[in-house]
Formats: sequence, C-alpha cells, structure tokens
Amino acid sequence: MGVSRRLFLRGAAAAAALMALPRALLAWPEKAFKAGSSDDAMQALFGTTDASASSAVVLSAPDIAENGRVVPVSVSSTLDGVESISIIVEQNPSPLAASFDLGPGAVADVSTRLKMGKTSNVIAVVKADGKLYTATKEVKVTIGGCGG
Amino acid sequence: MASGIRIKAKLNGDQAEVKTLMKHNMETGTAKDKKTGETIPAHYITEVKAELNGKLVMTANWGPAVSKNPYFAFNINGAKAGDTLTVSWMDNKGETASEQTTLS
Repeated sequence: MGVSRRLFLRGAAAAAALMALPRALLAWPEKAFKAGSSDDAMQALFGTTDASASSAVVLSAPDIAENGRVVPVSVSSTLDGVESISIIVEQNPSPLAASFDLGPGAVADVSTRLKMGKTSNVIAVVKADGKLYTATKEVKVTIGGCGG
Repeated sequence: MASGIRIKAKLNGDQAEVKTLMKHNMETGTAKDKKTGETIPAHYITEVKAELNGKLVMTANWGPAVSKNPYFAFNINGAKAGDTLTVSWMDNKGETASEQTTLS
C-alpha cells in the first residue's frame, strides 16, 4: 500500500512537471529575452527589425536615473489596434526587459519599473495592426558605488 | 495577502485604473552573495496575467530586468463595479501566485 501511494505521488509529480513545462516554454519568448542585442531581441520577438519612429508612441522615463535598479518607465500609444508593447534597454546585457500582450479591453498604456546597468537608450516598441512603431529616449544612469 | 500581490484598482467611468505590486526578488542570476561570493541563481517572474471576470485582458512577459518587487500599472476599458479582477504571476522556477479583487 505504501508503495502504490509513493508511486502514485511520483506519477502525479511527473505529470504536473510535464504539464507545467510546455506552458512555460511556449508562452514565454525565451529567445527574445536571452538575446544580446536590441536587433536580435526584436528579430526573435517580431520576426523583423523593421520599425518606424512614431510620435503616436509615448515613452516616459526620467532624463537621469539616480538609482539604476529602479527606473520608472511608462509607454502609451494613441494608435489603433495595438497588439503589444515592448520595452528594450539597449545597453542591458539582455536588452529586452518586458513585453506586454494586450487582449480585448486592455488600454495601450502600461507602467513598470526596470533595472538599468548603465546609461542607455530605452526603446518602446508598439505593435499595431501588424506594424512596429517606436519611441526612444536616453536615460542617464548615475549609480553610486558601482563606478557609474 | 499570502500571495504577496497588492492590487489597487480605481474605476473612472468604464475604465479601470489598476496598479499592482508583487513581492519578488527578481534575481538576475549575475549578482553575487556578498558573504559567500557565490552567484545567486536567476529567479524572476516571467509571466503576469490580468483577467477580468476570468477573461484574459493582458499578459506581461518579463525578463530579469524588471525591478525587484515589481510594479505594474495598466488600464482596462469596459469595466464596471462588481467585476472580478485577477492578477497572477509565474516565475522561472515555476512558482506561482494569484490575487483577486472586486472592482468598486
């Protein structure tokens, strides 16, 4: 009886692991997040690096971030048919920081806080009606004690 | 609040303004433990989902560059008082958390 219970638990654990794994692998664009350059990240995420700068993409971030560990970044857009909003920090080891997929009802306006290793361009990429639009802003990072 | 997720939602007409804070270390995998000198393994939220009455509104995919104890704010159109808003996350170790609130 003890054996069958153990077997059952082991089986259940294996099944749970199997179920959890594909979900994590399928949903999360690992290649894009592990990419070492902005272009590679965009290629992995969108299949193209073709994007045009647009005033309809509004990126707000500080001019100077005293603490690179917590840099507030907001992206909004007035474009129609926004499918996703992605934020790239060009000089980070892995430039893609976050990507937001908008479902029905979601407003093209998101805010979060990011880590920045050093002064860098921050690029907001908005995908609307299958096309990519960007806004770029340089954020100066002054990190005390890290040689910044 | 065992989930470590805090949700603040405000209704402006039919738009819900949602602000969330999640308790998570968001380890990049490059930092070293100051005492032992050993690298702290990567441990960060990879996916956040927001659902309104069980319908997926937004999925956020994150890398380790999102700050520790992440802040995430967004807005939902077509929301009304009494709607249920659920925010959940999953991290790279498969750990999950979920929190629910009723819009008012």
